[in-house]
Amino acid sequence: MKIKLKVWRQKNASDKGNFKTYDLDDISEDMSFLEMFDILNEDLVKKNEDPIHFDHDCREGICGMCSMYINGHPHGPKQTTTCQLHMRSFKDGDTITVEPWRAKSFPVVKDLVVDRSSFDRVMQSGGYVSVNTGGVPDANEIPIPKKIADEAFDAATCIGCGACVAACKNASAMLFVSAKVSQLAMLPQGQVERKSRAENMVAQMDEEGFGACTNTGACSAECPKGISLENIARMNREYLGAKASSDNL
Amino acid sequence: MKLDSKIPEGPLSEKWSKHKFNVKLVNPANKRKYDIIVVGTGLAGASAAASFGELGYNVNAFCFQDSPRRAHSIAAQGGINAAKNYQNDGDSVFRLFYDTIKGGDYRSREGNVHRLAEVSVNIIDQCVAQGVPFAREYGGLLDNRSFGGAQVSRTFYARGQTGQQLLLGAYSALSRQVANGKVKMHTREEMLDLVMIDGKARGIITRNLITGKIESHSAHAVVLATGGYGNVFYLSTNAMGSNVTAAWRAHKKGAFMANPCFTQIHPTCIPVSGDHQSKLTLMSESLRNDGRVWVPKTKEDAEKVRNGQLKATDIPEDARDYYLERKYPSFGNLVPRDVASRNAKEVCDEGRGVNKTGLAVYLDFADAIKRDGEDTIKAKYGNLFDMYEQITGENPYKMPMKIYPAVHYTMGGLWVDYNLMTNVPGLYAIGEANFSDHGANRLGASALMQGLADGYFVLPYTIGDYLSQEAYDKVSTDHEAFKTAEAEVKEKINKLLSINGTKTVDEFHKDLGHIMWEYCGMSRNEEGLKKAKAEIQKLKEDFWSNVKVIGSNEELNQSLEKASRVADFIELGELMIDDAQDRSESCGGHFREESQTPEGEAKRKDDEFSYVSAWQYNGPEKPETLNKEDLVFENVKLTQRSYK
Repeated sequence: MKIKLKVWRQKNASDKGNFKTYDLDDISEDMSFLEMFDILNEDLVKKNEDPIHFDHDCREGICGMCSMYINGHPHGPKQTTTCQLHMRSFKDGDTITVEPWRAKSFPVVKDLVVDRSSFDRVMQSGGYVSVNTGGVPDANEIPIPKKIADEAFDAATCIGCGACVAACKNASAMLFVSAKVSQLAMLPQGQVERKSRAENMVAQMDEEGFGACTNTGACSAECPKGISLENIARMNREYLGAKASSDNL
Repeated sequence: MKLDSKIPEGPLSEKWSKHKFNVKLVNPANKRKYDIIVVGTGLAGASAAASFGELGYNVNAFCFQDSPRRAHSIAAQGGINAAKNYQNDGDSVFRLFYDTIKGGDYRSREGNVHRLAEVSVNIIDQCVAQGVPFAREYGGLLDNRSFGGAQVSRTFYARGQTGQQLLLGAYSALSRQVANGKVKMHTREEMLDLVMIDGKARGIITRNLITGKIESHSAHAVVLATGGYGNVFYLSTNAMGSNVTAAWRAHKKGAFMANPCFTQIHPTCIPVSGDHQSKLTLMSESLRNDGRVWVPKTKEDAEKVRNGQLKATDIPEDARDYYLERKYPSFGNLVPRDVASRNAKEVCDEGRGVNKTGLAVYLDFADAIKRDGEDTIKAKYGNLFDMYEQITGENPYKMPMKIYPAVHYTMGGLWVDYNLMTNVPGLYAIGEANFSDHGANRLGASALMQGLADGYFVLPYTIGDYLSQEAYDKVSTDHEAFKTAEAEVKEKINKLLSINGTKTVDEFHKDLGHIMWEYCGMSRNEEGLKKAKAEIQKLKEDFWSNVKVIGSNEELNQSLEKASRVADFIELGELMIDDAQDRSESCGGHFREESQTPEGEAKRKDDEFSYVSAWQYNGPEKPETLNKEDLVFENVKLTQRSYK
């Protein structure tokens, strides 16, 4: 296949950045999208040009590190991660535009690499159950209905890639934050800190400068793991409940 | 040098509890006076860093990714073993211990493995308390499955994403300690050297991957939780960034590297589709429960398949060779990983491979679909079938899958004693980075178990024994040892940037992978290993005179990162070959063609090789010294594996 790539190039955080166009011949449709970038980069290095920097690691759709905004969609045309996108999803002669995630809370580091440490800080504000190692009850001491465990699992499959933020016109992180709040709110282990968790994580989310949610649902539609909008509804309920209750500790 | 494994005296089942009582403790009020560095934030690193923080130590944790949650433990699919015996099917700590020792082909320590089986039960409790959503039964209790040919159902799982859920659990515990100020997290920062003062590990040198700044960090102890080195083969199921650099640089500062040639090749991966291939994707081996492995009986048919004249479904039943069922009637398609892998290679070497590259065999679900219906198969393997179709563009419900073995896990690693300390005082290695528990072959669902055992339940006890005997005094990073190490690191980086040759880092890495896979992969022989050694030495020379690295140090520079890792992989590759050469027996994942039974199966030589090989670095261009730690078996009887 022949492909024309329009890629965002930005030397560093303070550089203004611009699009650059590259023509690629001889792309196999069995290649993954990132392997196409590998080939382009090999070529650039041979020509003494700086290769295009992008984040990636596991290349099997689970680590959440890859993050390309392709033709107006985070991770491209399919509901999957960039690393699991293959060239057979494109046509010979296509022009493909590739940008980094665009969000105030994800500043560009270089080319297609962004800084998502805001997600880590949101998690640090309450995305856990406060138990120390050791001294916990036997794993089967508290039965959990299968339906609840399965739903908690669905929320827990979030890979923290940030596609939800990139997809949202307001760069809201509601889907990411609500997935964790939901998982722990549903499980018995998460009950003790349920209220403070919802409050603290939402507060940190706002502090990081993520935008507001207007329920357009773009986040869930673009999420490579199909995290459901129900989580956002649940988090709103959790948050309101926490704010409204007098035993808010 | 005499290696002391420090296995406690006494009966096997009492060793760990006695040892826990005998180790010295650090007073709770004094823990804050000690600094610990943890490198790597996978299951082992994150769980250790979190547990240290909870205990009150000051922790500096490092990862090269943008977040600790990206570590490659996240990709583990199958599950985690624990001797809970929730299924009442006869499991016990001793049985898990026995299976692990036997599965490792009797090349691991009884004491370590028994402890692993003991603490396995605590891991599950801990993870559930953190909110890890394991699979459950309708009664609300935890579900288990049988995995990797085990006779009992002891594997806990979270759909096909167990590693992800366990890592996110450990990451959450780590995040809590970051919030509490007990752990300082350094992301996108890569360890490039170990700093030794008075013969002890006292710190590390890192490179900030965004700014290129070379930094010194000092501590009272250093823990390496940096994973395995499967990427020495270029293509593997490891993440692209997984590397040996931290462990290798520690090795060059004196830490012994143990059993480096022990690598695990996983039989069910998606085959290579072309030269552009950057990594291999594992398909859970649970697929072999229902899939039948075959190739055409004749080379001619295989040839026709390869050039598109025949489709798999065109080949009649009597022209197919279900070679595993034929050769191993009792285990059939469920033979262990190493046996399945070697046989796939064998039939492909005979010219009967079935994809364009000739390196693939069929895994056929047609009979299972006929027997159980497509819906049942979909319920069991739906996500795997989807993943296969996404990557290959073929529908496995209609056409047999194609699979081929790929490098998956490295049992070898830094040598550690019972306390998980390397031979360098104050330097620890945990998880896949050490060699300790899996012998010559790891059982399915045991890697997650070992990572978390080391991090949550072993090292937090044993590190106190060392620290309690260390003075509180901190070493300043202005110390000469730090300055020297920084200078060495900078010099190496400058060297890489200044060569400006004609060959890219990836080209070197591919060449290295080719040598390793060809001669030090699924089967090895004396002649091939000699050849490989010569080729690697040539490659190394070529690398240091002809590698092309673009850009500067003072920026995000992914070519430079790769170059520095590949340089270390080349050196490690040579040591793996030395190790494979020394061990002229077959055991576990290490198959020496010279050592096989008349039927062509692996033949162990217990009289000669019941030892751990611990290699000692002697300086550049000097052969390494082999130190042997004899393995003593008091509780199990050594037997040859047979799957006929």
